[in-house]
Amino acid sequence: MAKTAWPAPDRRKLIGSYTSRLDGPQKATGAAKYAFDINRPDMLYAKILQCPHGNCKVLEVDTKEAEAMKGVAAVLVEKDARSGALPEITFAGDTVATVAAVTEEIAYEALAKIKVKYEVKPPLMDDRNPANVSGRESKTATGDAVAGFAAADTTIEGYYGLACVTHCCLEAHGQVCEWRDGDLYVWPSTQNVSGYAGGVKDTAALPLEKIHVDCQYMGGGFGSKFAADAWGNIGVTLSKMTGKPVKLMLDRDQELKIAGNRPSSYAKVKVGVKKDGTITAWDSNCWGSGGQQRFSLRTLPYVFTGIPNQNTLANGVITNRGAQRAWRAPNHPQGCLITMAALEDAAAAIGMDSLEFFKKNLSLTDKADIYAEQLDIAAEMIGYKQKAHLRGDKTPGPIKKGIGMSMHTWGGKGHPSQCSVTINPDGSVVAQLGSQDLGTGTRTAITMVVAETLGIPMDKVRTELGKNSYPASGASGGSTTIGGVSASSRDASTKALNVLLDKVAASLGVPKDNLEAWDGKIQEVGNPAKSVAWEKACSMMGMMPITQQGSNPPGDLTELTTDGVGGVQMAEVSVDIETGVVRMENYAVVQDVGLIIDMKTAESQLFGAMVMGVTYALYEEAIYDNKTGAMLNSDMEFYRLAGLGDIGNFKVHFMTDEKYQSRGVIGLGEPPVISPGAAISNAVANAIGVRVSELPLTPDRVLAALNQGGVA
Amino acid sequence: MPNKDEHLDASGISRRGFLKGVGAASAATALLTGAQEMKEAAAQAAAPAEMGPGNVTIMLDVNGIQHKVEVEPRVTLLDALRNRLDLTGTKKVCDRGTCGACTCMVDGDLAYSCSMLAVEAVGRKITTIEGLGTPDKLSDIQKAFIEHDALQCGFCTPGFVMATTAFVKAHPNATLEEVRKGMGGNLCRCGTYAGITQVALGTPAYVKGGA
Repeated sequence: MAKTAWPAPDRRKLIGSYTSRLDGPQKATGAAKYAFDINRPDMLYAKILQCPHGNCKVLEVDTKEAEAMKGVAAVLVEKDARSGALPEITFAGDTVATVAAVTEEIAYEALAKIKVKYEVKPPLMDDRNPANVSGRESKTATGDAVAGFAAADTTIEGYYGLACVTHCCLEAHGQVCEWRDGDLYVWPSTQNVSGYAGGVKDTAALPLEKIHVDCQYMGGGFGSKFAADAWGNIGVTLSKMTGKPVKLMLDRDQELKIAGNRPSSYAKVKVGVKKDGTITAWDSNCWGSGGQQRFSLRTLPYVFTGIPNQNTLANGVITNRGAQRAWRAPNHPQGCLITMAALEDAAAAIGMDSLEFFKKNLSLTDKADIYAEQLDIAAEMIGYKQKAHLRGDKTPGPIKKGIGMSMHTWGGKGHPSQCSVTINPDGSVVAQLGSQDLGTGTRTAITMVVAETLGIPMDKVRTELGKNSYPASGASGGSTTIGGVSASSRDASTKALNVLLDKVAASLGVPKDNLEAWDGKIQEVGNPAKSVAWEKACSMMGMMPITQQGSNPPGDLTELTTDGVGGVQMAEVSVDIETGVVRMENYAVVQDVGLIIDMKTAESQLFGAMVMGVTYALYEEAIYDNKTGAMLNSDMEFYRLAGLGDIGNFKVHFMTDEKYQSRGVIGLGEPPVISPGAAISNAVANAIGVRVSELPLTPDRVLAALNQGGVA
Repeated sequence: MPNKDEHLDASGISRRGFLKGVGAASAATALLTGAQEMKEAAAQAAAPAEMGPGNVTIMLDVNGIQHKVEVEPRVTLLDALRNRLDLTGTKKVCDRGTCGACTCMVDGDLAYSCSMLAVEAVGRKITTIEGLGTPDKLSDIQKAFIEHDALQCGFCTPGFVMATTAFVKAHPNATLEEVRKGMGGNLCRCGTYAGITQVALGTPAYVKGGA
């Protein structure tokens, strides 16, 4: 009888191997069909008229000319959901009206013919001004901060911040909708295949079983694609109005304006520290904006949660931007930057080496042993001993080098997931689940788990996901997918195998409890001499396939997936103090993450997080006009992503000792993206001898900081 | 001033106005000397001075196949490929020549198909990602992308495969510095640059832990 627990290290052929992703051939040849690529017969293209104002009331929308245009099938004017009146609009880029036409070009032209009258009001955009907070504050206090600061030899006071950044998924948000025989078919770009239909069912006025969702490939989500969104419902309505399939994908500028932002965060921090590096007290006053959604950052102090004598205050500014969306590791990059920068400033203030300072204070974290091990590995990887210097590179010349470090933590427990596994009489196997592959390698990992469990090669297993008709599986967010789907597919394939073992036991003359699937055979445990080949074994089931359902149940942790990981990163940068340009030199990523299914796609997650980290550390910032509320850089020239030449050299290291692996599978998407902002900011401070207060570390900010001091 | 019924893009230049300009520009052909400029000038001279605003019928040579396409003159090559020919491997991301997701080859040179009109591509040989290989018959570069896991969500991948294919052909033994400079015309959000760098360097097998 096969057990559900993960196999012992010496019984793993696939799990933990470097395996290429299975959908690579489709993606590398352009054969993969994303939502954006779905073309249906007689399909209409929908385009959105965006509101240019951050705060206004729509008074009048004249669509006559647009509707009269040849090729325009429908014009839909946005109304307030409750009153049915023309809407109040609270962020620029929001939808005023949508046109569906036979070509994109006609749809754009029709948009230009819609006449709108607005009553324009001043927007509130300035989230850097703490006077603009909304008043719903969150306060914590532990110990005695007054006494803590009194006990300090030095108290540093710093200001740190991160601007709002957007998700900038390369595949814009959107979907294709089609009504056929009374049912609704939707091809969305979504992180939430099983849950998507609930977001359009009221608009469709259909029972959920009549809404069919299909997402085989999706071009990036990063936390911004959980809901059907307003445009999903507009698409459903336009398709219903016209009786034709409708493709509605956001334009790039709208994607950047309203399809996702990460809340800004700013903080004034005081840290009390003794000469020997002992931290005695923490005080932070933090504010930021989640746009139209209330937000306050409650992740301070980050990782070093055990700092004695803390006062924290957190508050939010309601600005005229779209509502925040989860952005890879919500609230952690912000908490991490503010904390690690303040602590590194404290180390610099007492003239202590950063690595020594962080190591000395690890008892204030809840993973002291793990971080200690990881700090040593990262230091070795980046050559810390050879390169490290105290704050301020004193070597001559305009190029200054520095190393910075940071630590992070994340949960990553598997989400509830169900999976069905069918073993066919010819030995072929199908796994089905209503999950999705965001590019993380989910499809590949599930196939590896099922093949490993059944002791067969991966090409005998087909994994089908991306449809809501398959067993429900959770949305892909918060690094919960791999834990969820690996557990449910392990459970389902183990159950299916046990049914098969039952059928094979008699003919082998071995009790089923003493059988195993290994190396393409069903055999007596440890005895290949007493075995039957996989295909032969499957043929013994007769005509009927075996189908079993498995799950990762909601609730308590199981033996298959746990949570809570730690990571350390070190960055080496060079800064040109004449131009303010920061260049990445080397980067070391050390991460513990439990049992890794596919080492290759897992390493890609680390590389990818690192690149995204460099991007928000050095380049990314959504810039808004305080007067109109408009986003000023809603394109990819001025909303800049790091390119291939911007990232320097980087190395990644997983903690793969059995003591880590025995914890089970834990998600990996979020943890490594948390530290880069802090590590790179600390590296720049180490190089130039002065803190650049805010991310991104753009040349203007670096030069402004140098004007305040440092090595220049 | 353009007519108010013309589509304006964000730069304020109407594509129809641009076409009129092309007609005038062809008069300057004699001043051009570079081979590529001559090629472009020849294509421009071959096009009528003014087209549209309605559909025109054009022939596009895509992956060696002649396609008859009805498009308005303002339609980009990218949109013609995706919306008229269902060649959706070429992706639309920034739609203004920044990200490279729409990269194709036109007469053997890389081109951002979002920044070229379909009517400009008449008489030229267009190669899209679908012309480089198929899942059953991958090109060497496509195989290398998979080996080095130089792709995650995959949306930038076709553009990067096109760009890398051209880069490796031009720089078969490229240095890291050449890769970093030469592969700067495409952007990825998932962060697949480590793998792409190895592909462009011609590294034969996956490098564990990064280089």
